[in-house]
Amino acid sequence: MTGAEIVLKALADQGVEHVFGYPGGAVLPIYDEIFQQEKVKHILVRHEQGATHAAEGYARSTGKCGVVLVTSGPGATNAVTGLTDALMDSIPMVCLTGQVPTHLIGNDAFQECDTVGITRPCTKHNYLVKDVNDLARILHEAFYVATHGRPGPVVVDIPKDVQFATGKYVGPKNIEHKTYRPRVKPDQNAIRAAVDLIATAKRPLFYTGGGVINSGVTASKLLRDFVAMTNIPLTSTLMGLGAYPASGKNWLGMLGMHGTYEANMAMHDCDVMICVGARFDDRITGRLNAFSPGSKKIHVDIDPSSINKTVRVDIPVIGDVAHALEDMMRVWKSKSHALDKKALDVWWKQIDGWRAKDCLKYRANADVIMPQYAIQRLYELTRGKDVYITTEVGQHQMWAAQFFKFDEPNRWMTSGGLGTMGYGLPSAVGVQVAHPKSLVIDIAGDASVQMTMQEMSTAVQYRLPIKIFILNNQYMGMVRQWQQLLHGNRLSESYSESLPDFVKLAEAYGGVGFKAEKPAELDGKIKEMIATPHPVIFDCRVASMANCFPMIPSGKAHNEMLMGEDVPDEDVGSAVDAKGKMLV
Amino acid sequence: MKPHLPSTGSAYFFDTAKAATETHTLAVIVDNEPGVLARVIGLFAGRGYNIESLTVSETQHEAHVSRITIVTTGTPNVIEQIKHQLERMVPVHSVADLTVMGNALTRELAMVKVAGQGEKRVEALRLAEAFRARVIDAGTTSFIFEITGKTDKVEQFISLMVPLGLVEVARTGVAGIARGVEGMKV
Repeated sequence: MTGAEIVLKALADQGVEHVFGYPGGAVLPIYDEIFQQEKVKHILVRHEQGATHAAEGYARSTGKCGVVLVTSGPGATNAVTGLTDALMDSIPMVCLTGQVPTHLIGNDAFQECDTVGITRPCTKHNYLVKDVNDLARILHEAFYVATHGRPGPVVVDIPKDVQFATGKYVGPKNIEHKTYRPRVKPDQNAIRAAVDLIATAKRPLFYTGGGVINSGVTASKLLRDFVAMTNIPLTSTLMGLGAYPASGKNWLGMLGMHGTYEANMAMHDCDVMICVGARFDDRITGRLNAFSPGSKKIHVDIDPSSINKTVRVDIPVIGDVAHALEDMMRVWKSKSHALDKKALDVWWKQIDGWRAKDCLKYRANADVIMPQYAIQRLYELTRGKDVYITTEVGQHQMWAAQFFKFDEPNRWMTSGGLGTMGYGLPSAVGVQVAHPKSLVIDIAGDASVQMTMQEMSTAVQYRLPIKIFILNNQYMGMVRQWQQLLHGNRLSESYSESLPDFVKLAEAYGGVGFKAEKPAELDGKIKEMIATPHPVIFDCRVASMANCFPMIPSGKAHNEMLMGEDVPDEDVGSAVDAKGKMLV
Repeated sequence: MKPHLPSTGSAYFFDTAKAATETHTLAVIVDNEPGVLARVIGLFAGRGYNIESLTVSETQHEAHVSRITIVTTGTPNVIEQIKHQLERMVPVHSVADLTVMGNALTRELAMVKVAGQGEKRVEALRLAEAFRARVIDAGTTSFIFEITGKTDKVEQFISLMVPLGLVEVARTGVAGIARGVEGMKV
């Protein structure tokens, strides 16, 4: 079998149905094989970054491994952003890169770059295949590494002569890495200690993250059961939305820099924090030495390096979330533990008091569409439908997280750790490929969406009826918000000059364009958009100066949030003091 | 506009200066595959950890397993992170903190070239004997000494050679091994 045949056989044997890629000189033998088979379908993107984000969306919405195929040199370097994004958000991905023939490696050959060198720090692991007889094993191993333990991207760099050479194929049976064995089953002593600590809590709180989603649907189910059994309130990171339903009564909303008042106050005041599959990111903790000062902390994580990285925890539980939750519930029941009901009632009363502040309220407007209102209407009009949401990065992303309610896991695809503008559109392409019948919406900003706009062409080619819902405020909104708050209202280069006519742009690509400028026409236009069986760009013109609140400004603690009502539009520049402005 | 408390830090606030730094010697067993050393060094460079000394060599040829000995400094938190970050790397088999295990043996080897004549030459040879450094090359105007020992012994010998005509030093860096009957998990 030739190396190229081995690649396709290995992908098919791994159950890969879709590959996102872009051809080029150093991968032509593999593309020739793709042409001659039918098991693996190739989706041609318009830029390699798009391929990586599409694979991320595909992976995140299905729980499967995303697969990318790009050429050497610029193909590989263009994939770096998506690889880093997948590493930061723990998305399983295998990226195959072409390489110049082995005898030319190191010669500055045409379209050569040191792919394994460049991608070493932005992948979980990477390989350069020098012998065709290693190729099949390495490919299967790559899938094993990408999907086991904390998931992440793996690059396999395949020189062109290896693709042509003939070698032996081995199947995926019994192939794992010879030494890499991440711990899945947690230590039972840690489980018992964690459960005993929870039982003593008077103000307990679940703080959950993307690890719950990565662990699989069972983990979300177990989390819901645990919460129902104990009546403990729950908040989640951006990456964890949907693991616990936003319609659930114990849901406090997202926490962190743009989290809800009740979630952040509860984090600050809780006495036992149960962190499940989250990693105490700086956007979550705010000022570290004021982070939840009075709590004992339990941290469930599959990656030991996440433990005590930024926040010291009392009880680390290393293992897979689903296993840990299952064990904890079993021990909880066998010990007949119960929380102090009276204390819990007091805790819930306090939380209800915080909820009453209604921290997400905004000034409604009859003449211009408020961005929050647009998301609320989008949510209401798609409620009950089979809907997947992706986002770009910025204000619209935070508003989507605040106002769109997710009741199921794997329905929310966003770039959390890396914060990659341009993630949403290609990600929506990937989601729609995986779920052709579902409603897939990219909630976008006018600036972000232009970073990967060319993938609209991919959507049209494959008849993927994605809906790109742009909250168009003609600014890089989050940049402008920070400039207003932190840089003396000097709006340096954050105004989007010369925006395209998005409706015409949609039409130019062969899609359908909509535009809404008034609140009164919004519902009708959204309904039309949903009913359109083609790719859509929806230009939703929103209030241009609206800002995203609540916000924990830099250097503040969870109980020092900036609320929208505290910051009148004309006074936005003095909301953060001089010292805070220095320290972002 | 409500009054707000003065800011005392940033979103990236870290207590770095408070804890004292420690020096630890780590032994890391890895698959000897292409790029594995770059991977380990890249981790240290990328995350801002220190490397005081680093040695690497294949220790089991049939299994293609290498042993890397790293001397690093950092606060206890950072040292703990370094170990975890090393452990999660795919080609890393195991990590042992020889400093924590206590009583571990550490040695390094240095080759020291000294040039001189007369009194200085005699004095260099006399000191070399005192330090049990071997003469591995000798000419009428120069010696090359080979000295093995703990880092501070090697340091001391080298500093004594400076006024006696030190020309060049080549050092291996530290290799370490724990005492007792047990071997390191491979």
